Amino acid sequence: MALNRVNLSVTEKSIMGIIGPNGSGKTTLFNCLTGIYHPDRGDILFEGKSVRNLSPDRIAARGIARTFQNLRLFMNMSTLDNLLLGRHLRFNKNPLYPLFRIRKEEIRHREWVEGIIDFLDLQAYRNSRVADCPYGVQKRIELGRALALEPRLLLLDEPISGLTSEEKEESAYLITEIRGRFEVTILLVEHDLRIASRLSDTMTALYYGQKLAEGSPDEVKRNPEVIRAYLGDD
Amino acid sequence: MSQFLQYAVSGLSIGALYSLVALGLVLIYRSTRILNFGHGDIATVGTFFAFTLLSHNYSWQMAFPPALILGAVLAMIFYFVILIPAQRRNATQLGQIILTVGLSLILQGLVAYFWGTEPQSFPFPLSDTKTWKVYKDVVISELSLGALAIGLVGSLILFFLVQKTRLGLAMRAVSENLPAAQTLGIPTRRVLSLSWGLAAFLGVLAGIFLAPALLLDPFFMLEPFLKGFAAAVLGGLNSLPGAIAGGLILGVAESLAGGYVTVAFKNTLAFIVIIVVLLIRPEGLLGKEFIERV
Repeated sequence: MALNRVNLSVTEKSIMGIIGPNGSGKTTLFNCLTGIYHPDRGDILFEGKSVRNLSPDRIAARGIARTFQNLRLFMNMSTLDNLLLGRHLRFNKNPLYPLFRIRKEEIRHREWVEGIIDFLDLQAYRNSRVADCPYGVQKRIELGRALALEPRLLLLDEPISGLTSEEKEESAYLITEIRGRFEVTILLVEHDLRIASRLSDTMTALYYGQKLAEGSPDEVKRNPEVIRAYLGDD
Repeated sequence: MSQFLQYAVSGLSIGALYSLVALGLVLIYRSTRILNFGHGDIATVGTFFAFTLLSHNYSWQMAFPPALILGAVLAMIFYFVILIPAQRRNATQLGQIILTVGLSLILQGLVAYFWGTEPQSFPFPLSDTKTWKVYKDVVISELSLGALAIGLVGSLILFFLVQKTRLGLAMRAVSENLPAAQTLGIPTRRVLSLSWGLAAFLGVLAGIFLAPALLLDPFFMLEPFLKGFAAAVLGGLNSLPGAIAGGLILGVAESLAGGYVTVAFKNTLAFIVIIVVLLIRPEGLLGKEFIERV
């Protein structure tokens, strides 16, 4: 069993950090929230409605977006196309609409995407093939693609892992900026305890699929069981 | 020289139809990794339907569109009714390919039941005896010209659809990374079913233009299907431009081999092409090598 009786709730527009050693079920939790896995028992409520048995695309339509621990970008496409794909849900669904308004709508979405490109400092890579971009840039593209959905809940799976320390600082700054600018609730899975506690309003520690502790970052960090889990694991 | 050109011209026009068949195969393969063995038979059903309408004195304008749509709908039904439930039961890749073989056999049976196995000639608005001079004594028949044009138009429309429209962008996203496309809210099944429909549409289009040159019987698409498959392998199974190039090259090569070596050699060539490509350049001329993540 990957997750057992894990009970969480996140306040709107806050940042909750989810920490835990490898294999503690952090990514599994994200996969349940985004419909990649369906939990056997329990429920997942988003804005008061269950999303437990919805397919991933329906969940995205409800306003949940995510990034992946191992990037899942469209590597053979340009940065711009990756971001535009994030706008897919925002295009007008009326089949006749595009016949008349396609240019106008396209321009509107391009402008939106340009805003994200500026915000994430991706101008230099706008038309590059994603596979040719450095890793740190790819991470930002994936973040941008998730933001392009205009989600109300953003799930970030290890957004700063694998980055240089300079890039880590930049990304940490971006994450706090995102909350203010996009008015979004953020769930953050992070290995780096120091940065996770700095970014989060509340934290939850998982250990082998069970919830070990939750509370303010300081409370969780000082929790003796959390300390034991972390030290025991390293 | 003019004989060589004559072979090349005939080769290009048949090659354009192989390209259409190959495009349908590649469209499915690149997005689902399924080789659709029913592709030729769906085209057969569509072509027979067009034949029925034509022999009831409907004009081709009235007969061809419903036939094309019938093919597309058949493929989409197969996708929704057979493939998706199989995938829900965790069918393997190979299992799903076998299902397309099953589809092929079922359709062959149905065609034989409804239309008989007696070869029939296909009444076609374009003639294959009326010819135009291309260059000196190189000629092209009305039918060949039509085939060339339809191959070109079909390829261009597909290119425009895949490269320039939002549906095309979604199709490319689904074929490159399905889980990522899903988390962006792209309804992947609907997109894939449209790919199946589009592929069948191109197959029927090829079938309609192939039928006048061949005789219409329940197995008339078998050979073009294999040629289209060879063309797709030649171009790279995951590359749409590769399918077009592969079809044209195969058509010309086959016509030259038939003309200069022996007509008996014409059909063997496709298989030699498959073998040589798989041995020397398995990813095909324009295909990108698949790197499976371990």
